[in-house]
Parts: sequence; C-alpha cells; structure tokens
Amino acid sequence: MATAGSVDDGKSTLIGRLLLDSKAVLSDQLEHVEQASRRRGTGMVDLSLLVDGLRAEREQGITIDVAYRYFATSRRTFIIADTPGHVQYTRNMVTGASTADLAVILVDARKGVLEQSKRHAYIATLLGIPHLVLAVNKMDLVGFDEEVFDAIVCEFSDFARGLSVKDVAYVPVSAKHGDNVVARSESMPWYGGVALLEQLESVQVADDRNLSDARFPVQWVIRDHEGDYRGYAGQVASGVLRPGDEVLVLPSRALTRIDRIETFDGPVEQAFAPMSVTLVLAEDVDVSRGDIICHPDDAPELSREVEATVCWMTSEPLRAGGRYALKHATHAARAIVQEVVDRVDVHTLARDPHADELALNDIGRVRLRTSKPLAFDPYARNRATGAFILIDEASNDTVGAGMIL
Amino acid sequence: MNRRLTHLQVLESEAIHVMREVAAELSRPVLLFSGGKDSVVLLRIAEKAFRPGRFPFGLMHVDTGHNFPEVIAFRDRRVAELDERLIVASVQESIDTGRVKEESGPRASRNRLQTRTLLDAIERHGFDAAFGGARRDEERARAKERIFSFRDDFGGWDPKNQRPELWNVYNGRIHRGESVRVFPLSNWTELDVWEYIAEEGLEVPAMYFAHERDVFSRDGMLYAVSEHVELIDGETSFRASVRYRTVGDMSCTGAVESTARDLASVVAEIAATRVTERGETRADDRVSEAAMEDRKVAGYF
Repeated sequence: MATAGSVDDGKSTLIGRLLLDSKAVLSDQLEHVEQASRRRGTGMVDLSLLVDGLRAEREQGITIDVAYRYFATSRRTFIIADTPGHVQYTRNMVTGASTADLAVILVDARKGVLEQSKRHAYIATLLGIPHLVLAVNKMDLVGFDEEVFDAIVCEFSDFARGLSVKDVAYVPVSAKHGDNVVARSESMPWYGGVALLEQLESVQVADDRNLSDARFPVQWVIRDHEGDYRGYAGQVASGVLRPGDEVLVLPSRALTRIDRIETFDGPVEQAFAPMSVTLVLAEDVDVSRGDIICHPDDAPELSREVEATVCWMTSEPLRAGGRYALKHATHAARAIVQEVVDRVDVHTLARDPHADELALNDIGRVRLRTSKPLAFDPYARNRATGAFILIDEASNDTVGAGMIL
Repeated sequence: MNRRLTHLQVLESEAIHVMREVAAELSRPVLLFSGGKDSVVLLRIAEKAFRPGRFPFGLMHVDTGHNFPEVIAFRDRRVAELDERLIVASVQESIDTGRVKEESGPRASRNRLQTRTLLDAIERHGFDAAFGGARRDEERARAKERIFSFRDDFGGWDPKNQRPELWNVYNGRIHRGESVRVFPLSNWTELDVWEYIAEEGLEVPAMYFAHERDVFSRDGMLYAVSEHVELIDGETSFRASVRYRTVGDMSCTGAVESTARDLASVVAEIAATRVTERGETRADDRVSEAAMEDRKVAGYF
C-alpha cells in the first residue's frame, strides 16, 4: 500500500501510529525516535521520525523520498510505501504508488480536499491502484465533528466520480492520538465503519491480477556449458502458460509450442503471474530478450505508434519532436514524441487540448512513434504490458512514466 | 487450480527478476558475497535465476581481515561447491599500500575502511553493477533506497535525488565510471530471510546458531574475545551461550545471548524479538543518527 496526500497532512505520522499500535515498532527503534524527538524539543514523541530516515528530512520535518516499511498482522503481510506530499517530489510519490495495490489518501480535516490530495488521488487511479482509502486526519483538531467529516466525504466523492476507481472507503482518524487507526475511537461514536487497519486487512487484492491474457516478456536466454540447452527465462506478466500450449512470439510472429516449463526446483505444470520461470520451446525459433510470448488467439497489439498518458518527471518539458529511450517490459527501444494531445488539470480533471508541452509533474496524453514495434496492451487491462518508462538519452535519468491507452 | 503464491514465493520471484534485469542490461556486474545469511540467500536466488547456465557475473568479498575465521572458511567452501569464481578485495592490502589509514585504540574498526577497498576494486575490475544483500527493513536510510541504487563516478549515493523507479521496469542505463548497487532482497525482512533459509535448507555459518564462546560486554553488546579487539579497563571476559544475528567485523559485530541451536528455534526467536538486528548487534550504526546514510553517501554498500 502507498500513502498519499498533501504536505503536513500527517502521512508519516499515520504510518508511525499504525506501526506503533500494531506492535510493529521494535524497542530500539522507539528508543531512537524518543531520543530524536527530545533533541528536537517536540513535546510528544514525533512518530514521523519512524519513517523520515534521511538527514535532510529530519532537518526540515518533511518527507523527501519514499520510505518502505514492513509489518504483518495475524491476517495479512504489508509493505507500506510512505510517499512525500510536496509537489516537487511528485515523482517519488509516483515511484511509491506504482507498485501498490491500495492507496491511503490523507486529508487534513481543517483544510478539506486540497489540490495536492486530488493530484495524488488522480495519479493513484491513473496507475491502476484499484482501492482507495480516504483517511480524514486531525479529527481531534475539529472537535471530532461529524459534519466536517461528512462535508469532506461529499467533496471527495464528487471528485472521485471522475476517476476510474472501483473501490473508495472513508475513515475519520487522528494519527497523532491513534483514533480509528488500529482500534475504533470512542471520540467518534457517530462513525459506523471500521478502523483503518481493519479496512486494510479486509480489502480483496488477489482478484486484481490479470489471469486471462498470457504474456511472457523474455528477459534472458539460459544456455548450459555444452550449449545444447536453450531456455527463455522471464517473469510471467499475466495469464497462465502450460506445457503443450501453442505460442506466438512477438514481434517475429513465429509460432511454436511450449515443450516444458522449468524452474531451479524442477518442472511445473503451469506458470502464472508473478512466477519467474524458464520456457523451453518445442522448435528452434528466433527468440531474444524483449520479445513477448503469448497465445496466438489472444495476442497484444503490435505497433510502432502508441498513445499513452504520461506523468512527466523532469524540469525540461516534453514537447513534440523530443527523442527518448523507452523501456517497455524487458524491451528497449527509442521513441520520438509525435504530438502532445492534451494536458490534464488535476484540480478539475478537465483536459486542455491546446497544450503543447508537459512540464514537470504535468500529466497528459502523448502520441509516440517507436524505433521498433512494441507488443502492448492497454494499461487499464494489463499493468505489466501497458507500462513504459522514458529515459533521457543524455543524462540517463528516468523522466517519464507512460501508461498506454 | 490453485494460483496463489506464498509471500516468500512472490519475494523470490521479484529477486530473480531483478537479477536477470541486471545481467541483461549491465555489462560487468559482480555479486558481493560475505558468507552472511543475506548473501547466502542471494546466491540461491542467482542459482534460481541462471541455472543450468553459469552465473553471468563473478563473486566478490571485501575482506577486512577482521572477519570471523569460520565465516571465511564457509565462504570458500560455498564458492567451491557452486564452482563459481571469487575475488577477494582486501582491506589489509589497502592499508599496506597506504590507500587508507588504520584506526587506532580499543574501539578501532575497519568498517569505514571497507568503502575505499570496495570502490578501488569496483574501479580496478571495471564493475558497473554490484549486487548486495541489503534489505530495507534493516535501517532507516536503507528503507529509502531504490532497488537499483544509482552511484556517481565517486561511488556516492545522492539520497535527495534518486531516480524514479516505476513498477518493475528498472533503468540500468549509466555513463562510463558510474555504477549501480542492486538490492534484490530490498523487500525482504529478517524473518523472511530465515524462513527462506529454512524452506530451502540452505547452509549458513554455524555462528548464527547458539554456541559457547568467550565474550565481553561493551556498550550493552557482547563481543567475541579475539586478537582484533582490545579490552578496555574494567572489561572482563566470560563464557556464554550466544549466537550472531548479523555477520560483520569482529570489531563491530555483537552477539546475543541465545539457546537457539537449530533453524526452527532461530525462526521462533526472530519472530518474537523486540529489537532490530542492527540495533542489537551493530556498533557501526550507532556512530550518529544518520550513520548509515553518511556511509552510503561516501560509497558504502
């Protein structure tokens, strides 16, 4: 799961509270936070110090980059990505959210739904995170008032109607004092729902995987010492593959059959996402890294033209004519920007069709032409074969996150 | 048919994927193997990623010269069993050739000196990627680090300006002289590592299990009595049943009192512990609030 929301909404404090009250903070970590809080002269223990681990973060009292924390309850194992709220660190928020199954969006009860909360909610749904929890924080500072909570729920659900998200839950909390974080709060008897932790434990995420379209991006060709063994290693991106299946290799369109599916622990009867396996094919066809193996009756699109929503992550704007290195699954190509189609106003979700560039932290639709054909699916159907990154060829920095339409 | 993977299977598959991406995208990777439990797991992941082929990289150990002898023996045996190649980068040699200066006094440690030896070895061999067994649950600066951790041509980490890392699409592009440190076990916890070792039946150095040893107490930790550590006035040695949670230098790695003599009891002990492994056994992290971050900025693992 990833946290998101604006600066000072209390994301790091909420995670600190969640870890502390579910007994996931060990004694030396707590002792360290107590000492550090005393040094900073904060009256209470500052729980955000449990996650804000960098020197600069502690100096400034902000989150700069994602912190990953791990905890388990009797029902579920969690990886938490605590992401920064500042607009300038949006790319780090995108990093943390890109691998999440669920996003907790925080809102300060006193401030209502700010632009940055909307931006993060929009990015979370754009990244295909199917479950959102809106945590209305600092309820203690508004007298645990039901009307304040209702007004924010109303405002956010209005906004969320424009998002493609299948599941939104709302929880009023006080991260600082622990209300409705791990246990139900006595200060808000009017709230009929569950505490945040129980919400996180009960969300169904296993059904979010795509088990219907078989996609196997080839990562690496394994050969033995003698050179008479050749296996295609990779991680199943989606769907299910079995020995004996007819398969199509893209982009060459070679047809063959899976002879067997191997792992270090022996052969398997089926391979599904996210298993890492090695396919041994029946015939000697040309297959190399970057190719995608699929079923012939359910192939991805193969094209040198793609249209995608792009989150732009560098100060030099993206414009028509720009050239970048592109990485899609395990496939490397070059791409040239044909056109900036539009730019999204994250406050209103309105699209500006006259936009001709995407600046830092902008999100918009872009048409690209690639040096080699890509075998892709729409991101909404398949995260693994619908995503790509754009890389600046001079600096080698990752500058764009693309989601194919 | 059941299409659920266990939590450990998901972590294992992610780690295999990371290793293969590095092998495919970088031209001269190396795997840092110390003989410690995390790097034992890394080697198993490498077998799972590349067998029946050979590893597309060599193994390297930065040997401080103050390592536990039984760990060095284990290291060499494991490398021989795998029939792979090991490079030993020696801190002693860096001292002898004047690249670094040995610290003095009873609290002297070669922990910091390793960084120079590591960076020199990376440069000498032209490595552009180094796999490490570090995990994000170990320490607060590590909790912030990417799986592909980009290092400049001084080997330094810039924590305020890390590359975005989207999905599992890793960007391995670098300029000549730069490198990446890659952490395939980023998302594993200490308990995951032990459960995996138990499930896979992996051998680890015997000092991870409870044994009798001569130790002395310093700063709330138990250190082994050895030629590499001087006792300070008032410190006395005694015999105790201990085990190690981490394996580093004899000068900065502490033992914990324990009676866990087999894998099942170690797993049970870790599941119930109330102290982190580095907090309990590593003096090198206690230097300051940002001790790990500062070392990483300078090029540490």
